Amino acid sequence: MPAINSLKTLTATSVLLGLSGLASGVASADYSDEVVRIGVLTDMSGIYTDLSGEAAVTAVHMAVEDFGGEVNGIPIEVIHGDHRNRADTGASRAREWYANEGVDMINDLSNSGVALAVAAVADEQQRHAIVNSASNIGLTNDYCSPFVTHYTYDAYSLAQGTGKSIVEDGGNTWFFLTVDFAFGIGLEEQVSDVVREAGGQVVGAARHPLDTTDFSSYALQAQASGADIIGIASTGADAINAINALAEFGVIPEQRPAALLLWYDDIVSLGLETAQGLLLTNAFYWDANEETREFSQRFYERTGRMPNMAHAGNYSSTMHYLNAVEAAGTDDPTAVSDKMRELEINDFFATGGYIRPNGRMVHDQYLWEVKSPDESEYDYDFLRPVHTIPGEEAFQPLEASSCHLLDND
Amino acid sequence: MDIFGIPIQALLGQLMLGIVNGSFYAVLSLGLAIIFGVLKIVNFAHGAFFMLGAFTAFLLAQYMGASYWVTLFIAPLAVALFGMLFEFLFLRRLYGLDPIYGLLLTFSLVLVLEGGFRVAFGSSGQPFATPEQLRGTINLGFMILPIYRGFVIAAALTLCLITWFIIERTSLGASLRAATERSELTQAFGINVPRLITLTYGVGVGLAAFAGVLAAPIFHVNPSMGSSLVIIIFAVVVIGGLGSIMGAIVTGLGLGVVEGFTRVFYSEFSSTIVFLVMVLVLLLRPAGLFGREEG
Repeated sequence: MPAINSLKTLTATSVLLGLSGLASGVASADYSDEVVRIGVLTDMSGIYTDLSGEAAVTAVHMAVEDFGGEVNGIPIEVIHGDHRNRADTGASRAREWYANEGVDMINDLSNSGVALAVAAVADEQQRHAIVNSASNIGLTNDYCSPFVTHYTYDAYSLAQGTGKSIVEDGGNTWFFLTVDFAFGIGLEEQVSDVVREAGGQVVGAARHPLDTTDFSSYALQAQASGADIIGIASTGADAINAINALAEFGVIPEQRPAALLLWYDDIVSLGLETAQGLLLTNAFYWDANEETREFSQRFYERTGRMPNMAHAGNYSSTMHYLNAVEAAGTDDPTAVSDKMRELEINDFFATGGYIRPNGRMVHDQYLWEVKSPDESEYDYDFLRPVHTIPGEEAFQPLEASSCHLLDND
Repeated sequence: MDIFGIPIQALLGQLMLGIVNGSFYAVLSLGLAIIFGVLKIVNFAHGAFFMLGAFTAFLLAQYMGASYWVTLFIAPLAVALFGMLFEFLFLRRLYGLDPIYGLLLTFSLVLVLEGGFRVAFGSSGQPFATPEQLRGTINLGFMILPIYRGFVIAAALTLCLITWFIIERTSLGASLRAATERSELTQAFGINVPRLITLTYGVGVGLAAFAGVLAAPIFHVNPSMGSSLVIIIFAVVVIGGLGSIMGAIVTGLGLGVVEGFTRVFYSEFSSTIVFLVMVLVLLLRPAGLFGREEG
């Protein structure tokens, strides 16, 4: 009997606690549990740690501090977690955060697989998710949600940036080295479309497994294809190894590589000697102007590294979310979502940026070229601007989106 | 001339690349085979020692200005010493227990080392320059071979043959083999078996680190560079026959070539082919290609 008794007590206590929770919820209906809680869900220990990871958490902290640590008198809290590059781990962590830990918004979300899984949870739980470090355009198409924002870049903008520029520059025939999963194949498709539209030709592709270390045989296949351009539809370590192998086997400079998603950090890793002349589409570069330098300097002092576009996007999107909460006077997800889509984004990251109904944040993208070692004058002086791709061109036209929130049928 | 629609030149090129990769497999699986043969430990940390070799070389070059040739000797030696210390302090306590304990201990070492290096150096890797004397390419007629890759084949095979010679043809090797077969009897002859075992572990680990230094200019030096290789290396040792020295060398090279050809005919399958071969070998010759059936 004691067991049953204690069970009863426990049940009664939970009911009471639940009721008191409800009561306090009613008392301050404007802000759920009297705190605005932001979760940074990122890769803290795997292959994408350098692209977001710990530094992404710092970027979000910086935004909260710069905002003043509270919104309309309500404190802002930041927590973080590791998705280990597994969609299931990411989704269950997100569900726990939203449902049990009162997280109002999840940021960063590197890895397209994780981002798609968390977006589904955000939609179901009606809480916010902002994707800064993944590229899959499904987030603003079939899997779009009023609560999901795709902020920094996507596969479409990469194709419009690097792909289009190279075709216009006379790169007529293309051969792809593609990482064999949704991200690489999607990117290859986007760029192939751009190439064909511009009258170019795709002569072939080699698919390699994720995390391939030896690209030598792919380098030979690329060489044998005779294509002008070797399109590298992968990122991080895979892209670095591919470029290294192309250089080693003398494929470069006879044929030109086009790294379709290259990060600032990849340049650090490749070294300017190998990377010089590469083109990359990035939404942000630390040394672009006075404002970016100011932010980057502060970021550098905290982390010992320069921010990449995902870090800058994490900062900017957190700021935008908090501005929306402040303007709405509540953290109610629907009200905040409306405000986020209403307010314009003007900071060091974006000028005149705005969020479309399908969740796509539209802002200018930039094509950069990697400097040669001789041109680089100081530490981290790596990139030269080539041209700006206006936001409206850089992102998929709204009428082409298959998002169910639009009337595109 | 074409074979199955592939120009013979392309095939020869892939054969050559297969031999380069096979050289890495050979050195790594040789170390693993020696360790398993003598210690009966499934050394899961082999890939981590490979990574440690590359990182030690990188650190020596970066912070002490050591030339590539110096690092090629010093780094394997330093990592071997570290391995011996690990054997002396930890691994030694697990002899005679179920092999799963050794596997778990060495696996935990992988997590600690990889995690530590990831925190210290990040996950995207560090560049490592090819030594100046070995830069450039040679045109072999059927392919353009980077000189450094040619050097890798020569260095790896020389080291494999030296190791094989020491184990199979010298008195030190004889004591070692004796210690493997009948350790108590060997001890009775006045041979210090525990020291011999520590030394063996050091040699196996040193071989992995040597392969790591060889790999540094080709692949980027990064914390997880060994973990993708280690699974293949285990497959190589299983296919060659556990504990067989020559088996490990020949199988390493052979599988490198098989993998290279697969990349030409059906690239998506290249990471799987080694395991398919493993399944077939285990079905047809459970002791491996060069292993002896234990009675």
